[in-house]
Amino acid sequence: MSTTPPDLELTEPVIPGPYTGVRFGRGDRVFSGVALASGVTILVTLAAVFVFLFVKGLPGFTADASIFAPSSSSFWTYVGRLLFGTILAAVIALVIAVPFSFALALFISHYAPRRIATTVAYVIDLLAAVPSVVFGLWGARSLAVAFQPTQRWLDHNAGWLPFFKGPASATGRTILVAGIVLAIMCIPIITAISREVFSQTPRLHEEAALALGATRWEMVRYSVFPHARSGMVAAVMLGLGRALGETMAVAMVLSASPTITLNLISSSNPATIASNIASNYKAEDNRIQTVLLATGLVLFLFTFMVNFAARYIAGRSERGQK
Amino acid sequence: MSAVDISRSERLYSGRLPAYAPYLVLLTAFAASGLLALLLGWGLVAFAIVGGLIAVVALPAWSAVVENRRAATDRLVTSVIWAAFAVTLVPLVWLVWVVISKGIPAITAAFLTHDMVQRLDPVTGKLEAGGGLEHALIGTLLVTLGAIVISVPIGLFTAIYLVEYGKNNRVGRIITFLVDVMTGIPSIVAGLFALALFTLIFGVGTRMGLMGSIALSLLMIPTVVRSAEEMMRLVPNDLREASYALGVPKWRTIVKVVIPTALGGIITGVVLAISRVIGETAPLLVAVGAAEAVNTNLVNGRMMTLPVFIMTQYLTATPEGFARAWGGALILIAIVMVLNLVARVISMIFAPKTGR
Repeated sequence: MSTTPPDLELTEPVIPGPYTGVRFGRGDRVFSGVALASGVTILVTLAAVFVFLFVKGLPGFTADASIFAPSSSSFWTYVGRLLFGTILAAVIALVIAVPFSFALALFISHYAPRRIATTVAYVIDLLAAVPSVVFGLWGARSLAVAFQPTQRWLDHNAGWLPFFKGPASATGRTILVAGIVLAIMCIPIITAISREVFSQTPRLHEEAALALGATRWEMVRYSVFPHARSGMVAAVMLGLGRALGETMAVAMVLSASPTITLNLISSSNPATIASNIASNYKAEDNRIQTVLLATGLVLFLFTFMVNFAARYIAGRSERGQK
Repeated sequence: MSAVDISRSERLYSGRLPAYAPYLVLLTAFAASGLLALLLGWGLVAFAIVGGLIAVVALPAWSAVVENRRAATDRLVTSVIWAAFAVTLVPLVWLVWVVISKGIPAITAAFLTHDMVQRLDPVTGKLEAGGGLEHALIGTLLVTLGAIVISVPIGLFTAIYLVEYGKNNRVGRIITFLVDVMTGIPSIVAGLFALALFTLIFGVGTRMGLMGSIALSLLMIPTVVRSAEEMMRLVPNDLREASYALGVPKWRTIVKVVIPTALGGIITGVVLAISRVIGETAPLLVAVGAAEAVNTNLVNGRMMTLPVFIMTQYLTATPEGFARAWGGALILIAIVMVLNLVARVISMIFAPKTGR
């Protein structure tokens, strides 16, 4: 009665400690295998994105000059012009979006009454959910039309600036309007991240500043901003990533060609890489598709670098806090 | 020496504006702007801009006179931030108003039950397009369902691996990093990938709904992984250990304890991911193309989807085309908003069970 069953004595002694008491049976091996497999699928997929774009786009890098005919003479000038348009549109978007986003984030985290703040945060999230094609439709059919007089005014009164040299486009559908639409699409992203960072400021820092007689703005400037700086940079970089890759809003607002111009309000506008793909994808000519795939690869690598930098900066701030 | 003789900068106290000062300034500023607008015949926009500017300048100026410079700066920043909030509301309200006011007239029973194939009208005897988006609704539904079927299992199991198996090992860190990278893939690049993959296998000109599903799942997987991972990390370790203590194998612990506990959050994340990809246009435009008729076969030929329908109708540049585009936009926004609402309701229903 007091003897232990013999087979228990024969098994290896179970080492005490967390989890080691759980034996890995067949079910466990299968399950962990499936889990690992799906993780590896992601790895393979990303590699595949790169490899397939590279393989299919490779001939595009050395494609015949005639494909790029009216605008450029080789792939690199072609993609360079598109890259210029992409960056120009993103810069316009960020110049508008960044001040508004930070103000809005501060409004939610530090200025608004609690009840309003939650509502506003929810509404901003909804703004992020509006599909880009709807933004494009609105930008081209409403904003551009309503903004046309302002652009004419800019042409008349600020025409000495290279940006507003004009002549102002009659439809109002310019890179400036595309930039504004992009800005409205970036604001929710930048706001959401910087709001999060702002509200993580240690409560004691804020109260110490206030106790020393700081006004609310001084408290924000000397205790919230220093704490949030790298988070704010990361938020802007993520917004930039979105602005660089956005397709439809730009493609629907602009009828663009690969040109280099700083004139923001004329009727000839620089195209972005993404919008150029969207407006030329219909060409079943294999050579043009190859070139588009090659530009897509350039865009992928470029946004990858921007996002990588953003993650690195955000990660640095997290490591700094530890 | 009386207090009056001390210069203002040396005093330890200063005057203070009454609590109602901001409201008074706001009221006065817009009254003044309204007066100017009436006299000079301005529109509503000029009235709002001038009124806001007067208020933003007047309050700090008043504060600088009565209070001190630091208080004036504080009031300036506060007014600017409130003004920024008001300005950001403008595009949102404008967009929603335009979409609703232009979309509602376009939505009729025929709009929802016809496709765009040209047919002989029995009454007039002329060839006429169907003028509806039935084919786009069906296409969006199928392509998105395909994306869900692909991305939810992969995303969920990856999250399980990250939380339960690969907590601190190298593979886990690499996958976390790659998921971050995936979040930043431009949507059109996802479409190009599907295009490159399928044209390499099936030849140039291949278009099918499945390509769109794959492109969308590329965009959906990172969102699913992130939210599921976050939710499963919230499950208290006590629950897992209690289960192990009862001799339950790890995989059954995950299936029977971890996932049910985190289920609400996981479903919310999936629904939000769906609402994110259902409005994606660029990858579908490139990979699925456009069609005029209903196509219910995901692996055979082009399909129409709702975002692409909006895009193509907009490109027709005819009044009917614009009306259909606005109608489609209203339906698309309604779908996205309903999905967001559903996600919110689900997370509210399941919220107490996460033990927070």
